[in-house]
Parts: sequence; structure tokens; C-alpha cells
Amino acid sequence: MKKVVRVAGGQGFWGDDLDAPRRQVEGGPVDYLMLDYLAEVTMSILQKQKERDPSLGYARDFIGAMESVLPAVVERGVKVIANAGGVNPPACAAAVKAGAEKKGAKGALRIGVVSGDDLLGRIDQLIAAGHPLANMETGEPLSIVRDRVLSANAYIGSEPIVEALGKGANVVITGRSTDTALTMAPLRHEFGWGATSWDQLAAGIVAGHIIECGAQCSGGNCLYDWRSIPDLANVGYPLVDVKPDGTFVVTKHPKTGGRVSVQTVSEQLVYEMGDPHSYITPDVIADFTTIKVAPDGENRVLVSGIKGKPPTDKLKVSVAYRAGFKAVGTLVYAWPDALEKAEAADRILRERLERLGLSFERILSEFVGANATHGHLAGDQHNAPEVQLRFGVRGPDRAAVERFTREIAPLVLNGPPSVTGFAGGRPKVEEIVAYWPALIDKSVVKTKVDLIQ
Amino acid sequence: MKVRLVDIAHARSGDKGDTANVGVIALEPRWYAVLEEFVTRNRVAEHFRGMIEGPVDRYELPNLNALNFLLHGALDGGGTLSLKTDAQGKVYSTALLRMVIDVPDAEARRLELPAAK
Repeated sequence: MKKVVRVAGGQGFWGDDLDAPRRQVEGGPVDYLMLDYLAEVTMSILQKQKERDPSLGYARDFIGAMESVLPAVVERGVKVIANAGGVNPPACAAAVKAGAEKKGAKGALRIGVVSGDDLLGRIDQLIAAGHPLANMETGEPLSIVRDRVLSANAYIGSEPIVEALGKGANVVITGRSTDTALTMAPLRHEFGWGATSWDQLAAGIVAGHIIECGAQCSGGNCLYDWRSIPDLANVGYPLVDVKPDGTFVVTKHPKTGGRVSVQTVSEQLVYEMGDPHSYITPDVIADFTTIKVAPDGENRVLVSGIKGKPPTDKLKVSVAYRAGFKAVGTLVYAWPDALEKAEAADRILRERLERLGLSFERILSEFVGANATHGHLAGDQHNAPEVQLRFGVRGPDRAAVERFTREIAPLVLNGPPSVTGFAGGRPKVEEIVAYWPALIDKSVVKTKVDLIQ
Repeated sequence: MKVRLVDIAHARSGDKGDTANVGVIALEPRWYAVLEEFVTRNRVAEHFRGMIEGPVDRYELPNLNALNFLLHGALDGGGTLSLKTDAQGKVYSTALLRMVIDVPDAEARRLELPAAK
């Protein structure tokens, strides 16, 4: 058994730094490269792509990332674990395989493909069998939006990834795995942690939580002493060096920018946190109030003491459904009286929409530069040098939203003065794909692992 | 003595659906007790009145010298439904740090808290 296993976080979401995976495998020794591509609504975007082309539906950035790390995988035995499969893990695996062959590495990859999280084709059968897939926030049954559902995926845990590694995979591609399982699974595989080694499993989950947002734990988006964080242009993405007992050190490669400190790690620990006593995953419930963080030298933080407890018998399900249309338009008003002019334009626009007989589920106006992010807490901004009116509407009727987009530009000539910043043209109408969180009995979700050579 | 949270804590926020979370971390471990005593659930609810539609929950993490607040109904529906600039609640963190708390002078001096200017 290895004494320490190093997992590198190389991607925090689909859209993250394209070159980070390569830097992570070339900057120093690494055992596993973990790439997290999926956010709450990513699956629905991928489902739309798959509808247009059945060979798509996965995070395509991953194909380029795999090519950039291929030498490390082939020559140095680095293993890659990614939830890049989206709603089509087999197609993702085929594209990775083709990319490797193109680079002359035929037969060098053993790709483990995890499936079984996709519930889209089973929804009616599940509802009929007494699984209402009720919305966790509102309690409403899924049946009320059934005809608008685009995708439905269960968040699955570490087991199928551990299974794939056990079968000798050096690349594991999953669909909707939990972000944290991507880090915990290789630790479980290496150290042989049992399914009831609650404290170790919880430690693996906490390690995963720390690195799942990429550089957000190593100096990126860090408020603490932000000016002093060096060289963010060459920011080092995070590494965790984990011991068999579950204690680990968060660090980054030498000669990289950013910072790993108790403060940068603590900010990431509280990010997107709910009840810290119960960080629920399919494998274990981690207690974040037991985490000890301590400095351990330059750019090193020691994390220990983590306690876990048995999970529930449910899995979270992420359903995406069509929820109407929206558009957001903006205009910029300049001093003097910038805010007052923007407020006048807002009133005029609302009155015009009403005269046109257009009704919306929601109209929101914000005054960027005055109160868009901090509301009344920002204080009086009537002397602001400029204010952007940001006016958004949302509703079920596409035509009404479309008509709204024609009402912004006229204000330039027929509204309050000192207005500019309309060069972008009419706002675009966007179809809203909304997120419906639900729970389902674990027993009805069966995962499967295929090995592609 | 009036003390600005921004002078004694740092913070990060994020989202879960229509709920924003704000983790507030004391800049010095000994200042955590001040956060715990003065940055109460009610105080935070009052701070954000008019900006959020639902209740506020508070959790304590003395191990990280941190408090975690859940601001329900803070994101205009959240995710893709939201029309807000800050649809994912990324800067509720610094909005909370605008809070000014009133700490008894003796305690403030003992803890060497920076006074609000």
C-alpha cells in the first residue's frame, strides 16, 4: 500500500482554465488527476446537445484535456477521473479513445465507463412505481412538470469508480457522479477503505470538497488579504496528499502562483455549505464541525480529525426542465443624476410594457453601480458617476419576452438623457432550463462499469 | 464600541437553489467569540431585510472560527430562473461584512478589536 496518495484537482467546472490539467500533471509528481465538469444545470445543456447529435452530450473540453495529459498517463502512470461523461459517457469514452489513437497511443488507455445515473428514460415507470421525485424545496411532485423534463440524473457515489479502478482502468469517465466522489474513490481504491470506514470516507469527501472548485482553494476568489496573493496569472491548482488514516495535506506544485493557507482552505470549506454537521453524500455523511485545519509549512495546510457517519438510503436526483423564457437588457446613464435618470427610465419602461399589455411572471430591475449586488446596504448612490439600468423579464410566453427586447433601444432617443452603452443591440431571448432537486431510493439506481480498451 | 465586520472577518458565499450561504470566518481566532455573540440569526435577518424573502439559519463551526448562514429566498428563484446579477449569491459574502456591531468597550479593548472609522 502507498504511504501517501496524491490527487490533483485540475478543473472546477466546465469552462475552467483549459491548460490547468496539463500544468497539474507536469508541475510535479501526481498519482491521480481529478476533473470536475458538472454544475447543476450542465446536464440539461448536454442533454440538448445530445438531442441534436446523438454522438454528443458530454463535456467536450475533456477531450482536449485528455490529449494534453496523455504523455503523463501513458509514460508515468497518472490516472484520470472525470465526470465529463455528462449524459453520454460511452460517447465521451469513444472520443477519448479516438483522440489517444490519433496521438499514436493506441491501446494505452483502459477506460472505465460508469453508467446508470441517467433516469430520463425511466421517469414514468418510477413515478408509476410510487417514486414521486418531489421537489426538495417545494414538495411538489415531478408530475406537474413531467412534459417539460429534459434530463434526470441521480448523483452517484464512489462505488462504481472504485470498481473501475479495481478492474485496472487508468481513465474513469462518469456521468452525474458527486463531485466529491471523484476524489474519494481513488483513495478508497488505494487504501482499501471499507464501505463502513466512516471517518476515512468522510475525510476523502472533505478532500474532494476542498479541491472540487479548482483554484478556489489555492488563492483564487480569496477575500482574505487578496492583494498579497502572488502571481494569480500562473495560479497553482490544488493537490491533496492523503495518508491511509485519512489525514491529508492541501498543497500545490512548486513555482506556481496563488497561495495555500488556513484562510484559503477555510474559505473553500464554507463554500456552498448547508448544515455543517451533515454534509450528505451517497457514501457517507461528513461532519464539517470536526475538521481541524493547521498550517504545515509554506503553501501547506494539514487537515485532520474528520468524523463521518452512515449515509441515508436515498440518492439526490437532479432533474432539468423547461421553465419559460427570459431576457435582460441594459442601458448606462451618466452623471449628473445618473441613478435618478436610470430610475426614471425604469418607470417609463414598466409603464410601456403595461400599455402594450405584456405581462410577465417576473420583472426585475437593478441599478448596477448603485445597488445591484448589495441592495440598500450600499448606501446612497445618487452622486454615482454612472449607473447601469439592468432590466430583466421572465415568463412562459416567448412572444411577450421577444416583444420586451424591442423596448430597450427606443429609450435612447425617447427617454431620460445622458444615456449610452447600448451598442450590444437587442437583448437575446433565452429559454430557461430550471433545476428540480429530488430524492430517490438508492435501491432503484443500479450503476454499471464497462471497460473499454 | 462600533466594529465593522469587514475589519474582523473574511467570508465566502455560494448557492443551493434559491438559498445563498455565507460563511463568515474570524480574522483572528480570538475574535470568533465576538462573531458568535453579536452576529446572531436575528441580526443577520434584520441586516438583509428587504433583500431576502425567507428566513435565516445560523450554524456554528468553532473549529474553523466560522459561522455559516443560510439566507433562504435570496436569489430570485436561483440558478437559471433568477434575473439577478448575483444569481448565485457570490457576493452576499461582502454584503454581510458591511454589518457594524456594537461591542462593549471593555471587551473590545481586551480583544484589541479595530474600531469602525
